[in-house]
Amino acid sequence: MNNRVLSLVLSRLLIALITLMIVSFAVFFATTLLPGDTATILLGQAATPEAVEGLRKAMHLDEPALFRFFRWVVGLLQGDLGTSYANEMPVADLIAGRFVNTLKLAGVTALFSVPIALTLGITAAMLRGSLYDRAVTVLTIGVISVPEFMIATSAVLIFAVYLKWLPALSFANEVTSLTDLLRIYAMPVITLTFVISAQMIRMTRAAVIETLNTPYVEMALLKGASRPRMVFRHALPNALGPIVNAVALSLSYLLGGVIIVETIFNYPGIAKLMVDAVATRDLPLIQSCAMIFCLGYLLLITTADIIAILSNPRLR
Amino acid sequence: MTMTTSSTSTKSDRISGTRLGYRFNIVGIVGLTVILSWALVAVFAPLILPYPVGEIVDLDYFGPMSRDFWFGSDYLGRDMLSRILMGARYTVGISLAAVTIACFSGVVLGMVAAVAGGWLDTILSRFLDALNSIPSKLFGLVVVAAVGSSIPVLILTLSVIYIPGAYRFARALAVNINAMDFITVARIRGESTLYLIRSEILPNIVGPVLADLGIRFVFIVLLLSGLSFLGLGVQPPYADWGALVRENIGGLPFGAPAVIFPSLAIASLTISVNLLIDNLPQKIRDRA
Repeated sequence: MNNRVLSLVLSRLLIALITLMIVSFAVFFATTLLPGDTATILLGQAATPEAVEGLRKAMHLDEPALFRFFRWVVGLLQGDLGTSYANEMPVADLIAGRFVNTLKLAGVTALFSVPIALTLGITAAMLRGSLYDRAVTVLTIGVISVPEFMIATSAVLIFAVYLKWLPALSFANEVTSLTDLLRIYAMPVITLTFVISAQMIRMTRAAVIETLNTPYVEMALLKGASRPRMVFRHALPNALGPIVNAVALSLSYLLGGVIIVETIFNYPGIAKLMVDAVATRDLPLIQSCAMIFCLGYLLLITTADIIAILSNPRLR
Repeated sequence: MTMTTSSTSTKSDRISGTRLGYRFNIVGIVGLTVILSWALVAVFAPLILPYPVGEIVDLDYFGPMSRDFWFGSDYLGRDMLSRILMGARYTVGISLAAVTIACFSGVVLGMVAAVAGGWLDTILSRFLDALNSIPSKLFGLVVVAAVGSSIPVLILTLSVIYIPGAYRFARALAVNINAMDFITVARIRGESTLYLIRSEILPNIVGPVLADLGIRFVFIVLLLSGLSFLGLGVQPPYADWGALVRENIGGLPFGAPAVIFPSLAIASLTISVNLLIDNLPQKIRDRA
């Protein structure tokens, strides 16, 4: 039986690998669709035919697109992300520090949102139909059906404009004390926590309710188990797989949220770097950032799938 | 049951409320009213503008709400109400066009994949799943970086992003229908794939597909607003609701109405669609 689990997991990993290949293909060709000759644009005023010719050769632009794609992929695998067009720095150097900042933001958000969302989701499912449950449901639907920037602007309005507790902007490089740290991270983390938690609460609630509807939980109720015992001993262990799956899937929403949040709060993370790169059309930078995002996303949804496979007792 | 009668009854019923045995509850009606009024605003915007859209009419910038300027004025002193009414055209229009293309292509491909099966199904599903594993905002960013932003590019990008979802949904429904006896009978009768799709499968999945269209419309409105907010969507001098928030973000520290009202417009539209979908009569939602 264990072989079946192993083969399912392996096939899922294989699918993820194939997907990654298709995605890198898509990212590369989407960015090379750019009209105009890169060498001419880069040289600007100094674009004599000889200089353009030389630069094209140096950048391998005279080769067919497919060759350049393979060269790019091999470079990525070796850790060579190319050189930024805008300031001639290696992309890897530009990204490294920013990437750590984004991971920090994501980590702190996960630290807050996962416990909050799980508590709210499970309790809402336990008290299904109650006023509390309806309040939670309305709140989550409200957050989900509103753009992320609106949650961010509302947070600024409430905490910075009306209550004056926190600064509206954040800079992560001048941290001297714990209170500084709190003030800087508070606003982005509050915004992201709202965005992520809403999804997580919904999915957790649905997963728990599904297990609460099964015959064995009804049996536990009928034989006289108390409500908490019914939920924690009988339902929850079986809902654990779907819940962890929901957590991993919801964390993938971080990627979309982080783009907006870093822009609005001037947070020096990788998403801000990418949005700025789009403005200057710095293609190597955009490609690398896009690949990092896709890789993170793929990692999370593959993890979610594998957890779902592993937690299914019928396959064990 | 034929395709034409079922779809027209669905449509007329959505407008008339409680005829033909469908029952809307009050929340659904509220949602529908808000959606219809935004649709009307989008169509008739130029006729009901209090001030010309591009004209600077207020001496103050980020003006407060007043009798002359109901929603205040923006960062140049333009009337905010006029700009929001005009913005409805871009937000509603672009999203509607994109969701129509996305759902049409997704549903057709999904039904074809379900009916044809075999390698066509496998390849389509694999490819669209791969497309699905690019985060939507990122996809928008990359495409806009590559080809620049214009309204046709936006519509196409948004629809490409949401085709995989529509495909998956329609395929899952169609696979269930495809296993039923009347499909087998139709196959034995020698009907073509086109006939199977159009006359046997589509009428049975049209309700859930319409509900799915509504949900996807919300996603597209949110993504479009997000892109516009990043400055990658509708380009100045035109502005949809997301771009209006971006333009006036400088007014945020003073709590200017120019930042708040475009956001509220987006929220009113998306929440109404969600409310309507959640309160659709069971008959429409669970037809399959």
